[in-house]
This record gives sequence, C-alpha cells and structure tokens, in this order.
Amino acid sequence: MKQDEVPQFETKAMNGEGKALYALDAAGNYTVVRSAGWEAEDIVLEQAIAECERLAADAYARAKRGECGALEYHMYKNRMDVVVLAQSTGYFQWRVKRHLKAGAFAKLSASVRQRYSDALGISANQLDTLPPHS
Amino acid sequence: MTASTVAPATIPFDHKQTAHCESGVMSALLRERGTVLSEAMVFGVGSGLTFAYLPFVKLGGLPLISYRMPPKSIMRGVSKRLGIKMQYDTFKSVDAGMRALDEQLAAGRVVGLQTSVFWLPYFPPDMRFHFNAHNLVVYGKRDDNYLISDPVFEHTVECDAESLAKARFVRGALAPKGLLYYPTSIPGKVDLAPAIRKAIKFTTGMMLHTPVPIIGVRGIRLVARKIEKLEPANAKYNKLLLGHIVRMQEEIGTGGAGFRFLYAAFLQEAAQVTGDATLADCARDLTAAGDQWRTFALTCARMCKDRESLDYRKLADMLRQCAVMETDVYSKLRRAES
Repeated sequence: MKQDEVPQFETKAMNGEGKALYALDAAGNYTVVRSAGWEAEDIVLEQAIAECERLAADAYARAKRGECGALEYHMYKNRMDVVVLAQSTGYFQWRVKRHLKAGAFAKLSASVRQRYSDALGISANQLDTLPPHS
Repeated sequence: MTASTVAPATIPFDHKQTAHCESGVMSALLRERGTVLSEAMVFGVGSGLTFAYLPFVKLGGLPLISYRMPPKSIMRGVSKRLGIKMQYDTFKSVDAGMRALDEQLAAGRVVGLQTSVFWLPYFPPDMRFHFNAHNLVVYGKRDDNYLISDPVFEHTVECDAESLAKARFVRGALAPKGLLYYPTSIPGKVDLAPAIRKAIKFTTGMMLHTPVPIIGVRGIRLVARKIEKLEPANAKYNKLLLGHIVRMQEEIGTGGAGFRFLYAAFLQEAAQVTGDATLADCARDLTAAGDQWRTFALTCARMCKDRESLDYRKLADMLRQCAVMETDVYSKLRRAES
C-alpha cells in the first residue's frame, strides 16, 4: 500500500480518532500514515455491533415475556456471551446458564450476585431488572 | 506506604502513536530509557508475525484467527534476543496492584500495563470489546487520574483510578492479573544484526514448517478450504464468519493487512542494518502479499454488505493467492539467512 492509497473514510466508530497504518512513501520507504478509517473495516465492525445488539434485543423481548432472566439481556448488552460471562465470573458455563433462567437470579446468594455485578459493572439490583427500553 | 501518601508524579514522556499495542509499548519503554528501536524493529525482532486458525477457541461462537503471536511473546522475544532484562509483576489484590503502580510512578519510573479494552473509558464505545491483552504505558498521575500513553491513540489520554483498576484486574481469558512491567537492564549497545537473523529464522520456520495444519501458510490454506466449503444456505453465519476474519485482520492495532505491512517495514529496516539487499526485496514482496490481503478483506466486506454476490470460491482463491505469495517471501528469506 502506498501513502496516497491509505484510506481516509471517516467513521463514527473511530470517534474522530485516527489510526496508524504502515505504507510506502514516494521513495518506496515505509512510513507511518494516519488513517481516518476504511470502508471494509467499518462494514465488519458495524456487522459485529449489530449482531451484539440483535442478541440483546432478542434477550430483552424474551425477558419481558418471562422466558429468561434480565441477566441474559445485561450479558449481551455488555458485549458478552455465556463463555465470556463464565470466564469473567469464574463459574462453569452450565452454572451461568442456570443463572440466566427466569427467576433464578433473585434466589442467588448475595456473594454470587456480587460476582455478576463485578463482572458486568452493574449493581446487583439493576442486574435483575430490565431498563424501560432495550 | 498507602496509595494516598504517594506524591503525584508526572514523568516527562514522549508519546508516539504506533500500529500495535505490544510492540508500541515495548518500543516506548526502551525509548524512554535511551534505547531507540522503531516499532517495526521491535515487532520483527520479537517475531510478532504469524497466522493461526484456532477453531477450538471461540470468540462469540466464531473460531479464533490470529495474525500475530500470543500476547507477551513480542516482549519476551525482544528481551531474549537483545539481552534486555524485564521485570514482570502480577498481583493477588487490586490494592496491592494499584499501590505498586503509584510507587513506581513516585520513583520516577514509566511502566507498561496489561489491561482489558472494555473497561477503559477513553476507548470509543464501538471499539470496546472484551479483549484482555491490551498494553499501555503509564507515565504519571494527576489527582485521581492516571496519565496514559496508549500506543494505538494519537494523543495521550487519562483514566480514573477506578476504571484502570477494573481494566487491570478483569477476570477471564488472558486475564492480566494486574500485570505491570518495565525493563531493568538494557545493554549499552544492542547488537541488532544477529538478533534480526535469529528472529527471521524463527518466523519463517514457523510460517513454513510448523507440523500442524492450522499454523502458518498451511493455516491460510486451511481457512481457504473452510470458506470454499461453507454451506450457501447458512448465509447469515457465513457472513458473520467472513466479517470476523476481516475484523481480526484489520482491526485497530495491526498496521494494515494483518501485521504484514508492519513486518515488511521491519524487513526494510533490517536490510539497512545488515546491508543485505535480499531483505529489501522480501519487504517489497511481502507488501504485495499485504495488498492481496487488503483486497481479500475489501471483497469479504462488500459481500457481507451484499454489494457483491457471495462467492466462496472466489474468496478461497484470493486467500490461496496470499498463501502462495507469503510462501515465496518466507522461502526467499530462509535462503538469505541460511
């Protein structure tokens, strides 16, 4: 990639922050060039975020219907899944799955609830409730 | 000594934006101590480049694809090959970890930290994923805020103590455990030429001859076969997989083309240090391979967005072309260094 080919595609994801890319200058020497963003990168990032949001919205709807606990919504909202939440709390995945069921969270001991609260950065009370909108 | 009794300190520090966090932090820590090595040189001597397809490690249900060696290997490689001694400290408690950081700053020492990305408030929200092996430099503290030189950012940033503590002590895969590190001894004159030779031998050997089909150029070919065999009926999953591959390749911190341009920059610099013109030729060829990776990424992205019809065969052929080009570069490098 040559210096003048470095993409300058302004994206909202980058928040005005530029990133460093390596490209060739006119003399054929490598140099660090600021890039505002790239179309390809923007597409795949948007796709990944849309998937997170879809999972959160889906969990929100199911929690509203009482098919799962609010914890599942908060898990996806914080860009986690069962694997990451299990790793972040130190619990086995089967245990986390059980805690995601409707009504399960309220019955947990204060220390287990605190573990989830730390992992997700949300107070234990909030973890058991849904916000007004997903 | 408790955290509150340590005098706030700001150590003069020259921030430089780099492509990759680990090579950037290592280069910055050495520069601050008077040894100037470019990011590309650190990346190359630390043998940072790879290709690995790890289907048994899942990220959001998708296989891990990595274009660079595991976290900490660049620092380990550079220090081993250049005779630099590093101190690595991890901590059992958050308090001990934060206190140690304050003590280092009070002693006038600039240090590197391993952190999670998700809990750093200065990251743009859309960039915050659960990745726990980010690296940054702390060079001071003002009131309750740490002054940070994050190598992937254009300017220095600040982070409150609570968020930084959270980012350092997050649990999970690649948990940092508060890791704090700094060089303790650097040789007066680093001898680059033999280190470059050893590093190139290591990287090319790994890319060409690793006896498992998921690493190196065989890994690239394997992913090509996987893409070719994707079931057209699962378009949704397939698009997520393609997007995921591109994200791993081009996300913040690769310098473009999944670290290939960064490694080419290293080869170019290595040619000057050693006087070996073949390395400069290889830099040019690897740049061409990197351009091919970028074309592959753009095509994947366009297909994900339906701007182009999904053609798995075409993508697989593009990837195989990357594998062919890289095989040529590494073979030539091995002949040059033998």
